[in-house]
Amino acid sequence: MMQKTLAEEIREGRWRRLKALWTKESYQIVRDPSTILISVVLPLILLFLYGYGVSLDLDHLRIGLVLEDTAPDAQRFAKSMTDDPYFDVKIVRDRREIIPDLMSGAVRGFVVVPSYFSAFRYRPDVIAPIQVIADGSEPNTANFLQNYVLGAFNNWLIQERLQGDVKRLPPVNVQPRFWYNEQLESRFFLLSGSLAIIMTLIGTLLTALVVAREWERGTMEAMMSTNVGIVELVIGKILPYFLLGMVSMTICAVISVLVFGLPLRGSFLLLGLVSAVFLFCALGIGLMISTLAKNQALASQIAITAGFLPAYILSGFLFEIASMPVWIQCLTYVMPAKYFVQCLQTLFMVGNIWGLILFNLLPMLGIGAIFFLITAYKTVKRLD
Amino acid sequence: MNEVLVNIQNLSKLFPKAQTPALQDINATIPKGEIVGLVGPDGSGKTTLIRLIAGLLKPTAGTITVEGYDTIKDAENIHYLTGYMPQKFGLYEDLTVMQNLNLYADLRGVVGEERKATMERLLKFTGLEPFTERLAKNLSGGMKQKLGLACALIKKPTLLLLDEPSVGVDPISRRELWKMVHELLEQGVSIVWSTAYLDEAERCHTVILINEGKLLYHGNPKTLTDRVAGRVFKVTHIEGSRRQLLAYVLQQKNVIDGTIQAQDLRLVLKEATLPVDLNGFKGTVEPTPPRFEDAFLDILGGIPERESELAKMAPRAPETTEKVVVADNLTKKFGAFTAADHISFEVPRGEIFGLLGPNGAGKSTIFKMLCGLLTPTEGRAAVNGVDLQKAPGVARSHIGYMAQKFSLYGTLSSKQNLDFFSGIYNLKNGPREAAIKEMVEVFSLQPYLNMTSDSLPLGFKQRLALACSTMHHPEVLFLDEPTSGVDPLTRREFWTHINGLVEKGVTVMVTTHFMDEAEYCDRIALIYRGRVIHIGTPDGLKEIAKSPEHPNPTLEDTFVKLIEEYDAKNPS
Amino acid sequence: MINRILILIWKELLAVLRDRRSRISIILPPIIQLFIFAFAATLDVKDVPIGILNRDNGEQAFELVQRFHGAPVFSHIIYLKGVEEIAPFIDNQKGVMVVSIDEQFSRNLDAGKPANVQLILDGRKSNTAQIVVGYTSRIVDQFSADFDAKVGFEPENAALISRIWFNPNILYYWYNISSLVATLSMLTCLVVTTQSVARERELGTFDQLLVSPLVPFEILIGKIVPGILIGAAEGTLMMTIGTLVLGVPFTGSLLLFFLSLFVFVSAISGIGLFISALSSTQQQAMLGTFIFMMPSVLLSGFATPIENMPTWLQPLTYVIPMRYMLIISKGLFLKALPASIVFHNIWPMAVIACFTITGAGAFFKRRLQ
Repeated sequence: MMQKTLAEEIREGRWRRLKALWTKESYQIVRDPSTILISVVLPLILLFLYGYGVSLDLDHLRIGLVLEDTAPDAQRFAKSMTDDPYFDVKIVRDRREIIPDLMSGAVRGFVVVPSYFSAFRYRPDVIAPIQVIADGSEPNTANFLQNYVLGAFNNWLIQERLQGDVKRLPPVNVQPRFWYNEQLESRFFLLSGSLAIIMTLIGTLLTALVVAREWERGTMEAMMSTNVGIVELVIGKILPYFLLGMVSMTICAVISVLVFGLPLRGSFLLLGLVSAVFLFCALGIGLMISTLAKNQALASQIAITAGFLPAYILSGFLFEIASMPVWIQCLTYVMPAKYFVQCLQTLFMVGNIWGLILFNLLPMLGIGAIFFLITAYKTVKRLD
Repeated sequence: MNEVLVNIQNLSKLFPKAQTPALQDINATIPKGEIVGLVGPDGSGKTTLIRLIAGLLKPTAGTITVEGYDTIKDAENIHYLTGYMPQKFGLYEDLTVMQNLNLYADLRGVVGEERKATMERLLKFTGLEPFTERLAKNLSGGMKQKLGLACALIKKPTLLLLDEPSVGVDPISRRELWKMVHELLEQGVSIVWSTAYLDEAERCHTVILINEGKLLYHGNPKTLTDRVAGRVFKVTHIEGSRRQLLAYVLQQKNVIDGTIQAQDLRLVLKEATLPVDLNGFKGTVEPTPPRFEDAFLDILGGIPERESELAKMAPRAPETTEKVVVADNLTKKFGAFTAADHISFEVPRGEIFGLLGPNGAGKSTIFKMLCGLLTPTEGRAAVNGVDLQKAPGVARSHIGYMAQKFSLYGTLSSKQNLDFFSGIYNLKNGPREAAIKEMVEVFSLQPYLNMTSDSLPLGFKQRLALACSTMHHPEVLFLDEPTSGVDPLTRREFWTHINGLVEKGVTVMVTTHFMDEAEYCDRIALIYRGRVIHIGTPDGLKEIAKSPEHPNPTLEDTFVKLIEEYDAKNPS
Repeated sequence: MINRILILIWKELLAVLRDRRSRISIILPPIIQLFIFAFAATLDVKDVPIGILNRDNGEQAFELVQRFHGAPVFSHIIYLKGVEEIAPFIDNQKGVMVVSIDEQFSRNLDAGKPANVQLILDGRKSNTAQIVVGYTSRIVDQFSADFDAKVGFEPENAALISRIWFNPNILYYWYNISSLVATLSMLTCLVVTTQSVARERELGTFDQLLVSPLVPFEILIGKIVPGILIGAAEGTLMMTIGTLVLGVPFTGSLLLFFLSLFVFVSAISGIGLFISALSSTQQQAMLGTFIFMMPSVLLSGFATPIENMPTWLQPLTYVIPMRYMLIISKGLFLKALPASIVFHNIWPMAVIACFTITGAGAFFKRRLQ
C-alpha cells in the first residue's frame, strides 16, 4: 500500500532533508557577495557610525557672551563661563556681532550681560538680568545650553555669596548621581541600542532577500516538486541565517565592548538568549515579507521601509518613546525592536534585571510566533 | 495502446488579475512509456500545464490524475512519482555540480549504496564526470541542462516532466539530450517534453499542441502532419528574387502559408488540385513531404497578413555597391575569456545575413560590437563605412535595432513608445507625426494606442517593437533573436515585413539560435565558441553535410557536423 | 540635441509616474515617514515618570515635594517607601529619576545648614536624565530662593532670564520637518535615479538607447534631470505639507529655498546615477541606495549635531551634501536665514554637484561596456 509507506518514508527522511538544506544554504552564504555585504560590511559601517558619528553629548558647546558691562561682577561671571570646560566661549562687546554667528550655527546661543547689570545689582528694587538666548532650531542643544548656563550661573552665584558680606550658600543642594553611566556618555546607550538595528538588518532584510531570490531563480519551484515539507523548507532556509545573525551579533557586541568601551554588566548568556529571541522575531518578519513579494527588488524595498526604518525611529534607541504622541506610542508596542532595545540597554549598562528582561521577552516571542503562524498559514507547497 | 499514466480532464486555469485563462478546457491523456511533446509558442500555457501536472498549481476547474493520484489531494504522491526540471533548471548557481546532485539525492531519499551507484551512472550519462567540482554558474548552457536533467533523475521517476529543456543549447547537446531521454524510455520512464521548437514535436510519440491556452491537437504527430500531406509544395530553381515571388504568391487565396527555405519557397495550399500562379517567374513547383509546422499553421488557419504594408510605405534604401556591414577581425576579450575571436565578414546591400549559433557562442557579443554597443578588443566594425562606436548621432540614425523580447517601455502606452523612439531618432514635428501615423495604420495599432505596452497581446507587442525600430526608415536593421518563442503566425507576419523591406534595399542582420529561422537568410555565419566556423548560403551549408545516408540534411545536421569537426581539431 | 534630451526626460518622467507601484512608492512612504518621523523623532522630555523618596517628616520637605507636583514636566510621581526600593525602581525603568530627601532635610534648613537632595538617575537614558536634572535644578533653585525670602535673607537680585529664539516652545516637529524636507527629497531623488539605469538594463531597453543617435552625455542628462525634478517636487510637497498642514513657520526666502533645493538634488542625482551605473539589477541598486543613505543621514547632523562628533571625524562631513542643506533648510524655515549664509552653504553643494555629475558621466561611459 503505497500510501502508508510513502507517508512513513517522508517522515523518516525529514532529518536528512533538513541537513541537506542547511548544507546548501551554508555554501550559498559563504559564496554570495550580497550576503557578506549585508551581514558583515553593513553592520561594521553602522557600528562605526554609532560609535563615532552619532552622539548626544555636548562636550564643546559653542556659545557667545555679549559682555556689555565690564565691571568686576560681570568679569567674574564671564570667568565662570570661560572656566567651564563644557563651553567654547566667544566674547563680544555688542549683540550685533554675535547674531550672524547664531544664524549660521557658529554659536548655539549667547549670553548677554547688559551694560546696566552691575549697576542694577546694588539696587534693591530691580532685577539685574543676565539673558541667555538659545537657538531653538536645535532643540536638544538648546535645552542643554540652557541647563549648562544655569549651572554656570549658579556656580557664579555661589562664588558671589562666598565673597559677599553675608557668607551664605544656597540652602538646598542638589546632588545628581547618574547610575550606570557616570561619565554620561550617550554613546553607550546608542551603541547598545544600535545592535538591535543591526540585527534587524540581518534578520529582516537579508532573510527577505534570500527567500525572494529562490522564488526568482526558480529553485523554490524545483524544491517544491520533491517530497520536502514546507516546514523543512522554512527551517532549512532560516536556521543558517539565524546562526549567521548570532555570529554577527557576537562580533558586533565584542567590537562594541573592546573598541568602544561599552561595558557589559549583564551575563553573556542572557544577552545570547535575548538576541536569539529577537532574531527569531526578525526572521519571522523577513520570511513573511518574502512570501508576499516574490522578487528581490520589491522584497528589499519593503524590508527597508517597513522593517528597518520603523525599527530605527520607533524602537526607542535614540528617541524617547514616552515623549512621542500617544498614537505613535501604540505603534511601538508591535515593534519587536523596542523590546530588544530595552533589554540591550539594560544588559550592557546595568546587569541582569530579570523582571525587565522577562517583561520584554514575552512580547517578542509572541510577535515572532504570530508572524511565523501567518507565514505558515499562507504558504502552501504550490506556486499560486 | 499503452496504459494511461496522466489523465487531464476539463482542465482550466485562470490566474487572478489575468484577462484570459491560461488554460481552457484541456482534455488529454499521457500514456505510459512514451515521450509526449507538449508543443506551443511562448505564453501558450505549456509551463502552466506542466506545473499543474507536477502538483505545483491548483486547477481552477477540472482535475489531473497521475497514476490515479489527484494532483491536489495526493500532492505528495505526485511529488514522489515525478521528476521535474523547471525552465531555469532548478540549479543552485553557487553550489558545485556534486553539491547540487547531493542536495537532490538527499531530498529524494536516495542514500547509501544506491546513491553511489546512481551518482556514478548519472555523471557518466551526462558527461559531467570531469566537472564535479565546478560551480553550477560556471557551466555552459548545455552542461547546465544536463545537470538539471541529472538532478531530476536522481530517483528514477515514473514520470519525467521537462520544461523547455532544449532552449538555446547547441545542437550537439540537444541531440545528446534526446538520446538520453530515449534511453530513459527504455528504462520505463514516461516523459513529457515541452518545447516551442516544432521540429522536436515530430520526434515525440504523442503530441499535445496548445496555442493561447487551448488544446489544438492531441495525438500522434504524424497523423496531424498527414492532414496536410499532398498539399505542401516547394518552388525550386527560382530565377530572380525569391522574395518578390513569395510576396506575389502569398496574394493567392489558395496559398495558406509560404516561407523561404534557403533558395526555395515552401508553400502550403488549401487545395492540392488548384495550380500555383507564378506570375511569370521561372520556377518548378514540386510536392514535398510535409512538416509538423505546416500542419500547425493549417490548424491555425493559415496566415492572415498577406502583404507588408510597412514595406509598401518604406522608401527605397540608397543604392550602393559598398559593403553595408563590415566585420574586420573583430575580437572581444573579457579578461582571459575570449568571447569573439577574429570574426570577419562583409554584408552587401539588400542581404539578410544571419548569425547562427547556440547561446553563449558569441553571437550577441559580435552583434553588439557591430551595433557599437561594445568596444572591440581588436579589429574593426563598420556600418555604412562608419565605425558605430565613434559615429556621431547622424550615422546611427540610419540604423534600426530590435532587441530580444521586444524591449519596449512596458509602463508607457503604445503612443508614448512611438513618440519616444521617433523623437530620439531625430524625427521632428511634421515628419514625426507622419511617421507615427504611418505606423499606426500599417500595424493596425489604433485600438491599442493608449494601452500600456506591457498589457498588449504578444503579436501586437512585436508589431509595436518593429514599428519603433523602423519608424525612421533605417537602411540597416539589426534584429537580435527577434522571434524566439513566438507562434508561427506571428513569426510569418514578422518575416513578411522584413522580406518586404529587404526588397526595398534594406540590409538586415539577424541573430538566432533557431535553425529554421536561419533558412530565411541569404547567408549565414555559423558561430561556435566565439569563432565563425563557416559562412555560406543555407543551401551551400547543407551541401557540406550531404552524404549518401543523408541526402537531405537539415541545417542542424550541418551545424552538428561542423561542430564535431571543430571540436575534434580544437579540444577545449 | 536639446530635443532628444527633452524627449528622454519626458520618457523617464512617464516611466516613473505611469507605473502605479512606482507612483505610490514616491508619494506614500515619504508622506507616512513625514508624519511619523515628524512626531516620533523627539528628544523632548515631557510626561516623565519619577519617583520621590521623602524620609523627612518636616514641613519644608513637604513643600519641596509639592513643587514637583506642580511641574507639568513630571506628570507621574510615584512615592517610594524606602531606600531599598530605589534600585528596583531605576533598574526596572519605572522612572528616570528618584528624588531622595533624607531625614535631616527640614532640620538642616531650619538650622541654617545646607540641606541635600539626592537625585538618582537612570544613566541608560543619559540625554533625558540630564535634561531632567535641569528641570529639577530649576525647581530647587526656585524653592531655595523662596526659602531665603521667607527667612528674611536678602534675595539675590541677579537673575538668569531664558529665551529661546526661532522655536520658542521648542517644538521638535518644527525641527524635524525642516530636516525631513531635505531627507525625503534626497531619498526620493536617490530612488528615482538609482533605479533608472538598473531598471533599463534589466528590461533590455538600455541597449536600445545606446544604439540610437543618443550620445552618452545626452543619456546622462536625460536621467539626471528627472531625478532632480522629482526630488525637488518631493521637497516642495513636503514643505507645503509642513507649512500648510502642520503649521511649521517658514520665515526665509522661498526663492532661496528653491535654489538650494535645486542644487542639493543635483548633487544627489549625480550620486544616484553613479550607484545606478554600478548596479546590474534593481535589487543591487536598492541596496546601494541604502548603504549610501545611512552614513549620509547619520553624519549630516540630522539626528545629532555635527559638533558632537569627534573632531577628527567632522571634516568628513564637508563632502556630505545633506549637511549643507540641513543648515539651509532649518535656517530658512525657522531663522529667516540671510542670503549670505545661504550662499555660503550653497556653493559647497554646487561643487559637490559638479563632481558627482561629471564623475557619474565618466563612470557611465566606461560602464556602458
